[in-house]
Amino acid sequence: MNRNPLTEIAADLWRDKTGLFGLTVILLLIVLVVFGPVLAPHEPGAINLAARLKPPAWLDGGSWARPLGTDHLGRDVLSRMIIGARASLLVGASVTAIAGTFGSILGIIAGYFGRRVDSAIMRLVDTQVAFPGLLLAIIILAVVGPKLQTVIVVLCLNGWMVFARMARGIVLTVREAPYVEAAEVIGCHPIRVVWRHILPNLLAPMLTLAVLEFARVILAEAALSFLGVGVQPPDTSWGLDLATGKNYLFRAWWLVCFPGLAITVTVLGANLFANWLRIVADPHEREKLFAAAVVAEEGAAP
Amino acid sequence: MTALLKADNLSVAFDMGWQGWLPPRRLSLRAVDGVSLTIDRGETLGLIGESGSGKTSLGRAILRRLPLAGGSVTFDGIDVTRMSGAPLRRLRRRMQMVFQDPYASLNPRMSVGDIIAEPLSVHRLGSPGDAADRVAAVLEMVGLPADSASRYPHAFSGGQRQRIGIARALISEPEFIVADEPVSALDVSVRAQIVNLLQDLKSKLGLTTLFIAHDLAVVRHISNRIAILYAGHLVELAPTESLYSAPLHPYTEALLSAVPATTPGKMAARRRIVLKGEPPSLLSPSAGCRFASRCPKKTARCEIQAPPLEERRPGHLAACWEA
Repeated sequence: MNRNPLTEIAADLWRDKTGLFGLTVILLLIVLVVFGPVLAPHEPGAINLAARLKPPAWLDGGSWARPLGTDHLGRDVLSRMIIGARASLLVGASVTAIAGTFGSILGIIAGYFGRRVDSAIMRLVDTQVAFPGLLLAIIILAVVGPKLQTVIVVLCLNGWMVFARMARGIVLTVREAPYVEAAEVIGCHPIRVVWRHILPNLLAPMLTLAVLEFARVILAEAALSFLGVGVQPPDTSWGLDLATGKNYLFRAWWLVCFPGLAITVTVLGANLFANWLRIVADPHEREKLFAAAVVAEEGAAP
Repeated sequence: MTALLKADNLSVAFDMGWQGWLPPRRLSLRAVDGVSLTIDRGETLGLIGESGSGKTSLGRAILRRLPLAGGSVTFDGIDVTRMSGAPLRRLRRRMQMVFQDPYASLNPRMSVGDIIAEPLSVHRLGSPGDAADRVAAVLEMVGLPADSASRYPHAFSGGQRQRIGIARALISEPEFIVADEPVSALDVSVRAQIVNLLQDLKSKLGLTTLFIAHDLAVVRHISNRIAILYAGHLVELAPTESLYSAPLHPYTEALLSAVPATTPGKMAARRRIVLKGEPPSLLSPSAGCRFASRCPKKTARCEIQAPPLEERRPGHLAACWEA
């Protein structure tokens, strides 16, 4: 059996429909982010007071010119969501990537080297956790001025600790595994021990954590935008739309529901994809899946 | 014969934290206490002791895996006591280890080929191209099919996994191997196969081995000499035949009497020595013989003064006043 690894991965993905769904969602979002301005039917900031709070097309009073309706200033909800995806996903992805990498590295160092290094890093984590995150964010953003980059930095500042704690915990348990000792007895450099033998164990739980954090970060960005220190109008994000739309919850549910749905589907897609990745990264799980597929195709052995 | 490995007055202590205050006292547990032994080139030394006797700690201390509380280790004429970092890692090529647990000591995420080949890439032995050939050769040597390399550890049984562990230890062509209870996690039916394999490899490759075990029956066939460890002290060190035919230390006698006989008649005829009590606490050892509390031959002197490990017969050392 000498197959191209890419075709093999594709076949795996085809077998796992939920993982495929997750990947499709992620790819769609990437297309949305890249081609947003071309795809959006209207200018997202274009105000049309004559067409305020129009419902989605399939309801009475809606029109297909504005498929998902309009907000309180008559702006097209669909266009705003397409453009708003850029800010939301940029913040969500970059914060989880930066905070996740930074936190994991510190956590691994703390867990692997232990003793003083561990105490120093973990006290830093405790100190950072003790600060109320939102308050710190507001202060920094108020002083420096609300810009997207600043929002990212600020959210990283209160997002890395959970990664550090989780990574440290896992490293502490894996470090005692006999195969890690075996690697050290072989003569592996500590970096190689961490890279080859400890890191693969972190992949699954850290991915899961990253997906959860991704959702939290999108919501945190929404909170900051709502408080006026995040994304500034006329720019937009899902969180900002969600926050402003909630004032019209009973008169125009679509202002809240569609951005909210977008966040939900994004998080769900990322979750399903991460789950598939976790299984594929584990040879034991993979073999089980493969066996199940063979049984499904050829029937169980008599 | 020349000694490949020499441990001199070796001690290993574990820090157990602080006790009391005014003044606080640092508690340390001496798992291995002043053990001296040499292993000759090509020799297999069996190291026996019950759980908690310090045999695993001694094995790891000799490989410099544990910090030493005292004493020195000399390997092939080089003092490795204070070695660390890169020189120690380079030395690892020459001294390897086979682990007790064949399940947990293989990384489940790496293929068998990658596991076995790892020492080659770590020590940059040979070109990457012939790594596959060397893996195939060593797989054959330990009696595994050649196609094992592409599979993962979970596809193998305990005995096969231990063969993988042995292959990993052997591929860098080490001179010295510590086998830490390599068969105690295996089914009885598989034990003999692994012991035989180790014995074959020893004669084929001229390996020097420290074979750690907790039962005498396993080490008898493979060892040239046997060392008995009790509560961190070496109590007897003798050539295998001499130890089995005429043990000098009462603890060894008790151990030997516990080995099941091959015929029921023999068993009944033999005197079975049953030890009462527990091994002493290693946190506050007494000045006397460590075995005194359980010894059937104890005298007043045993409680006060620890017996030195002395040669009682040619090549046969024992630490007992009554021997």
